[in-house]
Amino acid sequence: MTGTVVNMATSLAAVTLGNPVLTASGCAAAGRELAPFLDPAHLGAVVTKSVMLRPRSGRATPRMAETPSGMLNSIGLQGPGIDAFLAHDLPWLAERGARAVVSIAGGSVGEFAEVAQRLVGAPGLALLEVNISCPNVASRGQVFACDPMAAADVVRAVKAVTTVPVFAKLSPDVTDIVAIARSCVDAGADGLSLINTLLGTVIDTDTLRPVLTGITGGLSGPAIRPVAVRCVWQVHAALPGVPILGMGGILTGLDALQFVLAGASAVSVGTAVFHDPSAPTRVLAELRAALAARGFPQLTDAIGLAHREPHR
Amino acid sequence: MVSTEPVGAYQLITLDAPAIASGAEPGQFVAVAVGGPETAMLLRRCFALYTADSATGRIQIVVAEHGPGTGWLVQVRPGSELDLVGPLGRPFTLPDTPGAAVLVAGGYGSAPMFDLARRLRAAGSAVQMVVGAGSAERLFGVDEARVVADSVVVTTDDGSVGVRGLVTDMLPGLLGSPGVSTVYACGPMAMLRAVAGLATSYDLPCQVAVEESMACGIGVCMTCVLPVVGADGRTRMVRSCVEGPVFEADRVRWKDVGTLPGDVVGADAMDLR
Repeated sequence: MTGTVVNMATSLAAVTLGNPVLTASGCAAAGRELAPFLDPAHLGAVVTKSVMLRPRSGRATPRMAETPSGMLNSIGLQGPGIDAFLAHDLPWLAERGARAVVSIAGGSVGEFAEVAQRLVGAPGLALLEVNISCPNVASRGQVFACDPMAAADVVRAVKAVTTVPVFAKLSPDVTDIVAIARSCVDAGADGLSLINTLLGTVIDTDTLRPVLTGITGGLSGPAIRPVAVRCVWQVHAALPGVPILGMGGILTGLDALQFVLAGASAVSVGTAVFHDPSAPTRVLAELRAALAARGFPQLTDAIGLAHREPHR
Repeated sequence: MVSTEPVGAYQLITLDAPAIASGAEPGQFVAVAVGGPETAMLLRRCFALYTADSATGRIQIVVAEHGPGTGWLVQVRPGSELDLVGPLGRPFTLPDTPGAAVLVAGGYGSAPMFDLARRLRAAGSAVQMVVGAGSAERLFGVDEARVVADSVVVTTDDGSVGVRGLVTDMLPGLLGSPGVSTVYACGPMAMLRAVAGLATSYDLPCQVAVEESMACGIGVCMTCVLPVVGADGRTRMVRSCVEGPVFEADRVRWKDVGTLPGDVVGADAMDLR
């Protein structure tokens, strides 16, 4: 069946995408740096690094530690702020015909809403990904995605001002991710991005101190893939009508296929870009070949398939 | 990989990489994937180009083994394929008018300095090199320095070769000599900081190639930042992979590297309690 031409089109809520492979927030900047390695217009969309209202310096270094099949990062949402993002970053993507999923972050419900408001009508904006789960913020105890009420407040505030679909990006560092997912959907989220990084720490056994200035960082890469697939599985099982953008340690097309089979309508390729800057386009080609080899005429036939009883 | 051989404490690796060799300039680097196809080490290791020859299509890097990634790399045998991205980063720039350049190198930080010396001399500048390391086996390229430079001073911390002491001990005499017009440096951050301070005190322009820990090497991950003063006088956390690794030394806030000074653009938004 390898000769099968697979229709790779998919959709995230009301947004139709030519294919299901996107970049991941924080792992592609705003697309420009990847241009020597891939054409951003050939991806399902470019997910931009979380933008906040004001310019943000990020944390002091060291900000990174390599871990087995992964890494910790503690960047602290360094970014230019929404004004510079609208002036320089988003137009660059739009001029190249790339779709933009803009990740937004905020220290308060009001900041999320204000950033979303500033993005209304922005060129190329297809969808908002609301980053309520970044572990590298000052008030870690108050990560919005760890509290169903706080998560819902952010989603409701963003939905009230924007005209594009809103996806809430959730943290796996919770007791019951389905409860948070349900709360976001009840507040109006059009879909969910699963998952953000897990909180971790590495201690330098020579200096006898934590490697990262921030002590904790977000763990990403293939090390977290089974956790991510589990989260997608649980949320899709509980909320089968809610579109999911899946991410967490995707390195290959077969990794992406696991997420699709668990219930993701599209996937983001993140940390893999640090290893292979052309990873998103490679993953897309591998996923297409994997679907063809399994006889799927279209990607959408595979979404959530693993939840169904096998044919006997 | 064409060849791999130990040179003192280091491994000199020669690669067939015509696409990288053709456009590379001194100070640029390559990012090398380590561990093979099924590796659990996702982050590339970055190495300054020691040589890049467009005629032969070959490049060379100098590897210091200090962990599992470089440990794997020094074991790779000739004939094997390596996965490289490059050339990356901003190279050293030559002065507008020829003069006398002092090139300061610590350890295998000397790697990019030889091609730089050749280009400086081809453009009419005189070149003096100061090459230092902890001990004799941690020096790299002293013999070559004697070929590409007009004069060479060697230092070791333990006095096993050359003058006992630090490269920076030699600089007051050199930088104060008549005609010296520019300084270039590559090596550990503490050395660069000291060289930068001396260059400033002699009112000499100075370019440094920094060695910050990088995850991607291509400008997306934001891990290799350091506080650098921009043309507008404001300090930003700047990526050393794409805006460096070569910086004007007087733009880097050396004593603040590894910290977040309160006047950095966007530090006020961090709300660190």
